[in-house]
Amino acid sequence: MQGLKRTFRAAVASAALSLTALSAGAAEPVRIGEINSYTGLPAFTIPYRQGWELAVEEINDKGGVLGGRMLEVISRDDAGKPDDAVRVANELVSNEKVDILAGTYFSHIGLAVSDYALRSKKVFVAAEPLTDAITWDKGNRYTFRLRPSTYMQAAMLVDRAAALPAKRWATVAPNYEYGQSAVAVFKQLLKAKRPDVEFVGEQWPAQGKIDAGSTVQALAASQPEAIFNVTFGPDLAKFVREGTTRGVFDGVSVVSLLTGEPEYLDPLKGEAPDGWIVTGYPWDQIDTPAHKAFLDAYQARFKDYPRLGSIVGYTTFKAIAAAVDKAGSTDSEKVADAFKGLKVESPFGGIEFRAIDHQATMGAYVGSIAVKDGKGAMTDWAYSDGADYLPSDEVVLKRRPQ
Amino acid sequence: MGFYVVQCLSGLAQASSLFLVAAGLSIIFGVTRIVNFAHGSFYMVGAYIAVTLAERWAGGFGFWGAVAIAAFGTGLLGVVLEMLVLRRLYRSPELFQLLATFGVVLIVQDAALAIWGPEDLLGPRAPGLEGVVRILGRPFPKYELLLIALGPLVLGLLWLLFNRTRWGTLVRAATQDREMTAALGINQTWLFTSVLFLGSLLAGLGGALQIPREAVNLHMDINIVVEAFVVVVVGGMGSVGGAFLAAVLIGQLQAFGILIFPQITLVIVFLFMAVVLVVRPHGLLGRPQALARAAGNQQEPLLRPATPAGRLVGAALLAVLALLPALAGDYALTVLTEILILTLFAASLHFIMGPGGMISFGHAAYFGLGAYGAGLLVKHFAAGMLPGLVAAPLLAAGGALLFGWFCVRLSGVYLAMLTLAFAQITWSVAFQWQAVTGGDNGILGVWPDGWASPRWVFYYLTLACCAGGVLMLRRIIFSPFGYALRAGRDSPLRADAVGIDVRRIQWLAFTLAGTFAGLGGGLYAYAKGSVFPNLMAIPRSVDALVMVLLGGVQTLTGPVVGAAVFHTLNTEMVRHTEYWRLLLGVSIIVLVLVFPMGIAGAFRRRERAA
Repeated sequence: MQGLKRTFRAAVASAALSLTALSAGAAEPVRIGEINSYTGLPAFTIPYRQGWELAVEEINDKGGVLGGRMLEVISRDDAGKPDDAVRVANELVSNEKVDILAGTYFSHIGLAVSDYALRSKKVFVAAEPLTDAITWDKGNRYTFRLRPSTYMQAAMLVDRAAALPAKRWATVAPNYEYGQSAVAVFKQLLKAKRPDVEFVGEQWPAQGKIDAGSTVQALAASQPEAIFNVTFGPDLAKFVREGTTRGVFDGVSVVSLLTGEPEYLDPLKGEAPDGWIVTGYPWDQIDTPAHKAFLDAYQARFKDYPRLGSIVGYTTFKAIAAAVDKAGSTDSEKVADAFKGLKVESPFGGIEFRAIDHQATMGAYVGSIAVKDGKGAMTDWAYSDGADYLPSDEVVLKRRPQ
Repeated sequence: MGFYVVQCLSGLAQASSLFLVAAGLSIIFGVTRIVNFAHGSFYMVGAYIAVTLAERWAGGFGFWGAVAIAAFGTGLLGVVLEMLVLRRLYRSPELFQLLATFGVVLIVQDAALAIWGPEDLLGPRAPGLEGVVRILGRPFPKYELLLIALGPLVLGLLWLLFNRTRWGTLVRAATQDREMTAALGINQTWLFTSVLFLGSLLAGLGGALQIPREAVNLHMDINIVVEAFVVVVVGGMGSVGGAFLAAVLIGQLQAFGILIFPQITLVIVFLFMAVVLVVRPHGLLGRPQALARAAGNQQEPLLRPATPAGRLVGAALLAVLALLPALAGDYALTVLTEILILTLFAASLHFIMGPGGMISFGHAAYFGLGAYGAGLLVKHFAAGMLPGLVAAPLLAAGGALLFGWFCVRLSGVYLAMLTLAFAQITWSVAFQWQAVTGGDNGILGVWPDGWASPRWVFYYLTLACCAGGVLMLRRIIFSPFGYALRAGRDSPLRADAVGIDVRRIQWLAFTLAGTFAGLGGGLYAYAKGSVFPNLMAIPRSVDALVMVLLGGVQTLTGPVVGAAVFHTLNTEMVRHTEYWRLLLGVSIIVLVLVFPMGIAGAFRRRERAA
């Protein structure tokens, strides 16, 4: 029972820490309620959890927050269902008396918890959900989001897509909000930069159930010069295999969301699609001091390399600590105010939670995929700062309820 | 031209993969009448075993050896399942075995995660078949050609097995009349074990053959099992040829459907099933189900109104529930509120399953419609809670009235699958109609009015609605309408002869059940503050089934007990361990083995024996 052991270990650690804290005459810990799809999406959420575990250990080793209060995290599984997530959030707030909520992966779950946060007036730091709605159309006073949104990531790819000679584009995206808004943003921004492009075909496979042979064939039938891909996970593997086998990608440029993140790239091993332009995280090639420090600590602690989720989990909790310190209190109103315009150091460099829409300016790495030593890696990459890929304040204010 | 040929071949390859899995399911159901939810899990296990072995043993022999061992190993797993669990449940009420297989699904999910880890595993390609052949100038993968050939091959072998061997003859005999087969000295226990072996082997083979096409992942089980059921039912239960035909049609529809209307991917399979079942109530090649004479299908026990003692217990329970807010904390009240709502939901399903004799695999549609009834009023008209709670049962009633009209023309598993098809169609409308329903980002801000926002007020409101609803359903069961409904279930012919319009009664009952489920859904929306399409997705329908079966479908207290036990287990395990699926699965299997008539069913029996 790894889970039980983990809880036990955490309990012992926190007991030991609180003992030292008590002897130092410090107050009770700052409690953070953490919710994520641990059973539903372990491939993403386990690296994420390791990330925040590392952050919490670092923070507590340095004496915690608010001059000596430890961070204590109570973590729960949401079973992949928004209504379960709301119940769990309620349990954390009313039973466990947490001061702040954090976590979630799926967009709809993030939205459900953000609405609960608004109702119960607790700050919620949405770690991983991508939907634009969480900071714009459905944004609220208490919700902040770390990861670059669908809009931002699509916008980063448009920069490179516009530089391609291709004029005939086709799109393939999973048939739900994420896929739809990614394609919509990509089309809109690319058209704005390159009025000469046309979109000649689109495919909307059901998430997790792509009929890859038929889908790649149907895409090829529209004779695109370039393809914008939004599928990921097992669908992506099928899509890549069928497409490569049938030569659909020969002479066609492919621009693909998230495919460079280790979570998605590594399972493809030697069959990673050569030359695709992607957003991602080349963890083994970034040599900034901030990232190096994180990487060393992470590898020493877990004997494993970090995925993008690890960065997200780590930075989420560093941000929470920074916000609490800035607020000088765990009071929700003060923490919410502190988060506005909060500047945090992340392994990717300095980021800021924008006051205007509560979106962090964390960016992503954009590059091409190349196969090296039997596995995919990103080459020719550069960091795209999230702050440069957000629409004008006017547009944001129009979309976000005031 | 070349393009259409290749697209057609792609569809055929997909059809073959689907057929292999569906054939196993069809055989298992045809013979044992078990609705085997674990079939998808066997498919996934087959794929995992194959990918592990194929990685280890390179080369042609390695790959095919891995596939063979994976298939055989999965078959053995099926044998274990039959001998340890299913064998003890053949005398239980219809569909009860479904519960056990649901427990297996949960266990396998956690076991697979523990054994093979969270990451998707991309296996090797089939040696010698990595490349493509040119068909009318278009490239087509060699491996898919092999798959296309495999479908008819397996179909032929199965036909030979069932029609030209003694084993096949015995299995067919047992399918038709278990008692007679047993009387002739055939050991049908082993017959059933061997059928489970064959069916699971085919599932494992289907999974193993997928490794050159896709990365093996932890969602394969859920993704395949529903579609496999669709294929089996569209083809006609127990008809392997029908399953083949259905798989081919579905493969082609998908291949060409996405050319005309790419967005249709979510719903095409279910639309097709709905159309087929409305036109052909027993599937493409199915025959009307002969009533299997078997020990399991004894007469339904009579339902009786509560005894004075029973009434006292009921009143005491209500009194305790009414006093609880004084004792329970905020969170405990939330969970209790949920249990009350789920009780109403389960009771409404029980109403058509038990007294009505109509199984529904899609009851969540009405729960979800209720939630959307409330949510849509809030989203589009900024309405308060009371109008929302009126709209909830009304929208659900509308849906049930419409879908029920089609459903009551069918019976048994066909009816159940048609309800599933309608539920999936409703789900995909909610999922895709962004402008109105908000798509999968749902509707937020569906909170109770100010006066009802304290938890204890909302709890009393829920208690009033749900206890009232459950009591009303109970009252209906003992009204002339309820007796007519049960008459229609037990003997449609005789009921008809005494002047009961069985279909109309069933239609009304279906609508009533939908209405009460809708009320539950409306309350749930306000309890959660948001509405998402997952409220009407398949897992929610399965939860309802599990609650009813766990409690005991042949009693009236069953759904109440089932909802309370299942929800409590579920929420508590999630709080305390990461391996809650494993523990929940094991608990369900233990409960099933200890109470083979359902929990409330067991107590009733004991009461009678005493």
